[in-house]
Amino acid sequence: MQVVKAVTCPVCGSLCDDIELTIDSGKIVKVKNGCAMCESKFLGYCGEHRILKPLIRRNGELVKASMKEAIGKAAEILAEANYPILYGWSSTSCEATRVGLELAEEIGGVIDNTAVVCHGPSLLSVQEVGIPSCTLGQIRHRADLVIYWGSDPWSAHPRHIERYTAFSEGRFEKSEWRGYLTKLKALIGRKKIESTLRRLFLKKRPSVSAAPEGKVCPTISRAGRKLIVIDVRRTKSAEMADYFIQVEPNKDYELLQAFRSLIRDQELDVDKVAGVPVEHLEEVADAMVGCSFGALFFGVGLTMSRGKLKNIDAALSLVRDLNMRTKFIIMPMRGHFNVTGANTVSTWQSGYPYAVDFSLGYPRYNPGETSVMDVLLRRESDAALVVASDPVANFPRKAVEHLVENPLIVIDPHMNATAQMADVVFPSAFVGIEAEGTAYRMDHVPLPLKKVVEPPRGVFSDEEILRRILSEVRKIKKAKTTEEA
Amino acid sequence: MEQKSKLYVTLLTGRTIEQGVAKERGKASSEYAESVSVCYMDPEDMKQLGIKEKTNVQVSTEYGSVVVKALKSLRAPHPGIIYIPYGPWANVVVNPETHGIGMPSFKGIPAEIEPTPNVPVLNLEGLLKKQFRKG
Repeated sequence: MQVVKAVTCPVCGSLCDDIELTIDSGKIVKVKNGCAMCESKFLGYCGEHRILKPLIRRNGELVKASMKEAIGKAAEILAEANYPILYGWSSTSCEATRVGLELAEEIGGVIDNTAVVCHGPSLLSVQEVGIPSCTLGQIRHRADLVIYWGSDPWSAHPRHIERYTAFSEGRFEKSEWRGYLTKLKALIGRKKIESTLRRLFLKKRPSVSAAPEGKVCPTISRAGRKLIVIDVRRTKSAEMADYFIQVEPNKDYELLQAFRSLIRDQELDVDKVAGVPVEHLEEVADAMVGCSFGALFFGVGLTMSRGKLKNIDAALSLVRDLNMRTKFIIMPMRGHFNVTGANTVSTWQSGYPYAVDFSLGYPRYNPGETSVMDVLLRRESDAALVVASDPVANFPRKAVEHLVENPLIVIDPHMNATAQMADVVFPSAFVGIEAEGTAYRMDHVPLPLKKVVEPPRGVFSDEEILRRILSEVRKIKKAKTTEEA
Repeated sequence: MEQKSKLYVTLLTGRTIEQGVAKERGKASSEYAESVSVCYMDPEDMKQLGIKEKTNVQVSTEYGSVVVKALKSLRAPHPGIIYIPYGPWANVVVNPETHGIGMPSFKGIPAEIEPTPNVPVLNLEGLLKKQFRKG
């Protein structure tokens, strides 16, 4: 048995790079240090849902085909299309994305990555306002106030709090893990007492433990690291926090602007903002101004709710205001492990991070017009290539309706909803498990992904499949031009 | 308590750890389908609708309607808010409007919820066939 250390986990934007894998006769048998999602991926990568042969739809059924035939069919679809879309890219390597951009330019298509349905609005706001940022390592060592807004790291980035923020042991800041344990023990004790009392007085109903109206929140001005969660619902992360603010759905913008006013020492002449008493907000604002290094992480709770990019504008402006008083940074919680890389590579190659349209022969960028979602809703595209993504499961129904009407090519290691609807399906190797590559962590730090086991026979990496399609497309186009000449 | 046959609520969609684990295992797996064809509700709201846990409910919005299984939210109270994890079931009812920036409105959608104990929750294939007549 062989143990591979310091493996980078290809699941979420945290890119934990301390995973230890035990490999026995070419298979991963044990995962150390990973979260539940990481274990699920490393142990389930070659499960029964794996696609092992290229598939082509014939008479309404997906049937096995040779690689050559599938490449030919895919290239034919893409070369003939007038306005194809190339979507996905966030769960593959930067190298594959680079080939994807070359292909998009060659066929005059729209290339977009999954940022369009997660942090696309954040990118738009960053272009307008700017972003004060740093690496996660700096946050780990220095941040004494960490805020998660509209994000549930416990569910989406399970090791983020432990590795990079409140529960991590930094050089200048201590882990808050002990404090959390004490709090948890006290809570369990309180619950035990409550249940004993209930047993003694049988008719007493369990009380709802919501904070009563107007009650001043527990002080968060104590020394040491603090964790604040702001969300529309009480998530598991909210339970871990020192303080939780429950904002009414679609009212984040108001709350952000209220914080901006408080930080500029302006008074609010209302009792509540977005369902939160102003005295609670004042206390949090004091904690923000009073910290020596604050970090605000925001999730799709802000980008998907009413206001969308304007919410992020307000959050970025809030942090800009805070930097007049103390040191504060802000960072989007990126979902897929290489969505940051997809944006970065797209920016190098075309000048724009996502939603790039090559149909006029040069890159154009206008989210709302050239973003995949809008192209689909206007029913303009006539073919699609989906790489390492599952838009049929993640796009609103109306957009999917048009996507599945046209020829659809899918490159994916696993069978998913999109592959089921596809006309050509390519099996691919898992990058980070069966293929090497580069991925960008959410703080824009590039990390190498390792190849730890061999892919199944006849299965290639996304990069290799895309290169073959690209060369076939070039051949078809060359033949056409010579024919016309 | 008077039982209502319909409740007007706000629909949120988002991540759950169960969905995250199941999607890494394989999106064609039954674990994945089970983790995303559910709807987390406030226990008080369930009482108002007169339903027990795991009863099938129909969630309808301006954009469509889908049958999912109602589960008690572990982190109540949040009256009037229901939560469906991201996935093909949630996408039937979310708002596709992108407001000109490419991002549909996946959160904070007004919805109606009613108990439909006799209507089954479709499996992934069934759902795709019904929605798109393909697959």
